[in-house]
Amino acid sequence: MSERAKIIAVVAALVVLVLYMQFGATSFVRLVITQALIFGILAMSLDILLGYTGLPSLGQAAYLGMGAYVAAILTTRFGFGLDWTFWLLIVLGFVIGAVTAAFFGLFAIRATGVYFLMITLALGQCVWGLAYRWNSLTGGDNGINMPGRPDFGLDLSNDMNFFYVVLGFFVATLAALYLLVKSPFGRSLVGIRESELRMRMLGYNTWLHKYVAFIIAGGFGGLAGVLWAFLNGLVSPEDVILATSVDALLMVVLGGPGTLIGGVIGAGLVVFVREYLSTVVEWWQYVLGGMYVLTILYLPGGLMGIPERIRQRRAQAAGAVRAEAVSTSH
Amino acid sequence: MATSGAQPALELRGLSKSFGGLHAVRGVTLRVLPGDRKAIIGPNGAGKTTLFNVITGILPATSGETVLFGTDVTAWPTHRRTALGMARTFQVTNLFPKLTVLDNVLLAIQGLRGMKFVVWRPLASYRDLYEKARRLLEQVGFWDRRDVQVRNLSHGEQRQIEIVLGLASDPKILLLDEPAAGLSSGESREMAEFLNRLDPTLAILLIEHDMDVVFDVVDHISVLHFGEVLEEGPTEVIRASPKVREIYLGAED
Ligand SMILES: Nc1ncnc2c1ncn2[C@@H]1O[C@H](COP(=O)(O)OP(=O)(O)OP(=O)(O)O)[C@@H](O)[C@H]1O
Ligand SMILES: [Mg+2]
Repeated sequence: MSERAKIIAVVAALVVLVLYMQFGATSFVRLVITQALIFGILAMSLDILLGYTGLPSLGQAAYLGMGAYVAAILTTRFGFGLDWTFWLLIVLGFVIGAVTAAFFGLFAIRATGVYFLMITLALGQCVWGLAYRWNSLTGGDNGINMPGRPDFGLDLSNDMNFFYVVLGFFVATLAALYLLVKSPFGRSLVGIRESELRMRMLGYNTWLHKYVAFIIAGGFGGLAGVLWAFLNGLVSPEDVILATSVDALLMVVLGGPGTLIGGVIGAGLVVFVREYLSTVVEWWQYVLGGMYVLTILYLPGGLMGIPERIRQRRAQAAGAVRAEAVSTSH
Repeated sequence: MATSGAQPALELRGLSKSFGGLHAVRGVTLRVLPGDRKAIIGPNGAGKTTLFNVITGILPATSGETVLFGTDVTAWPTHRRTALGMARTFQVTNLFPKLTVLDNVLLAIQGLRGMKFVVWRPLASYRDLYEKARRLLEQVGFWDRRDVQVRNLSHGEQRQIEIVLGLASDPKILLLDEPAAGLSSGESREMAEFLNRLDPTLAILLIEHDMDVVFDVVDHISVLHFGEVLEEGPTEVIRASPKVREIYLGAED
């Protein structure tokens, strides 16, 4: 598919989504879809690291958590972020995610592969420990109940209004990251994924490139966290547990790393199974587990990789037919 | 030829590298002037690639100094050395396999430009970069196949792209690590001809086992044996040296 066709497909999908939300969806489904969009933002931020730079971060929930806790603490303590200051809170959430990543990156970026995975995991657990132990600030195990959603003329306690705001941030994130991956900076990240040594030899300070990517990903993680706090109404250590980071990673793997949209599709599937299927059947976790295993075994490129695989199969089949024709003609 | 007063493009002073107890490079001293064409030869495991890794800063030196265009860069990271005007190719092809030929070259060109940090503008919109990639690729006859993924090229073609990536930053000194490795004799000859057509002010330091390529391209040879420079001099002298024939060329014929 050409870039243009891809953009048209995404816009069409968004239009269908909006129509469905307006006219078809039940209030439960509306919340599930809003959640999927928020986790879509998180998954896209992680895809910059995993898919484009080749850095498998297992701590992306840390930034979501930082954004969510900042939202929870500021709204409950100071009432900050419940009127027009919501926009400032969003900026703050982004900044806190980015600053946290800037700090963690000092430890993580030197490592690669499994070591990078382990360090980001450990750093993520630090955030969890902080959320769990620092009772006076975070409410410990119980977490913090949000006092409600902002009202800045548009009342976000209305789920549809909130959905539109989330959709706005989702589209903005998608557009910003799409531009990023096409930019000289984004292409350099792909170069680092393909051969870091060669990139260094070509004059790139690859550490700095990876560090900046890490910070940007953290920022978008923080943004997702603020939105998640307002959607869920409760911020607790549950949000920063390892399972959330694992989910984020698997959303990207499931949908297809290095595609941005793949992470969004993965987020949609995971959130659907977790929120919807779990109300229908008890063995929903096996469905999730099965999906992951099958993807890793049979679809290394994720769901977005399917068309490419079909094309390859066809090409191989055509090649085999040609080879046969040649061998029979002799 | 540059006069002896000219500033060397590269100067090595007693450069050494050990891996634990293994002394892979021992006290190598070498001067490469602008436009010089020099080769480093030696048997397998002599320390040639390790020497390149130390010169380019991929491995830290154990002792000694690397001076690039008059600046002591011994403690510098690789990318800063590259910025001074050095480039290198790899013995084992090291490209961006899943990217197209054009994208490989674009990444190589932007390596020394500040715009590599730009996030708000598509790479495709930089016409000057694109034109430069076009010139480089036309030079080697790859422009028609710019959209082919590099991993789908033949070995010989990948070796050519190796060199194109080395040239993309307009270096003043180019280190080539066995550019003809794995090429047929015809391809090797073409490679040598290509190297001889390059800008005469470009200094080349060549590691190569294929002696036809060496004799064709350079006029000065250093022989490395167990990490040490055993002998050095003009091509004809090295060619005639009985010691060199014994340890190295003897195996050839
Ligand atoms: N990173 C490393 N760690 C430990 N030992 C190394 C390392 N790199 C090279 N060596 C050793 O250093 C010695 C020199 O290796 P090097 O690759 O420099 O040889 P070479 O002259 O390039 O040989 P060839 O002609 O086969 O390419 C070898 O004994 C090799 O095993
Ligand atoms: Mg070697």
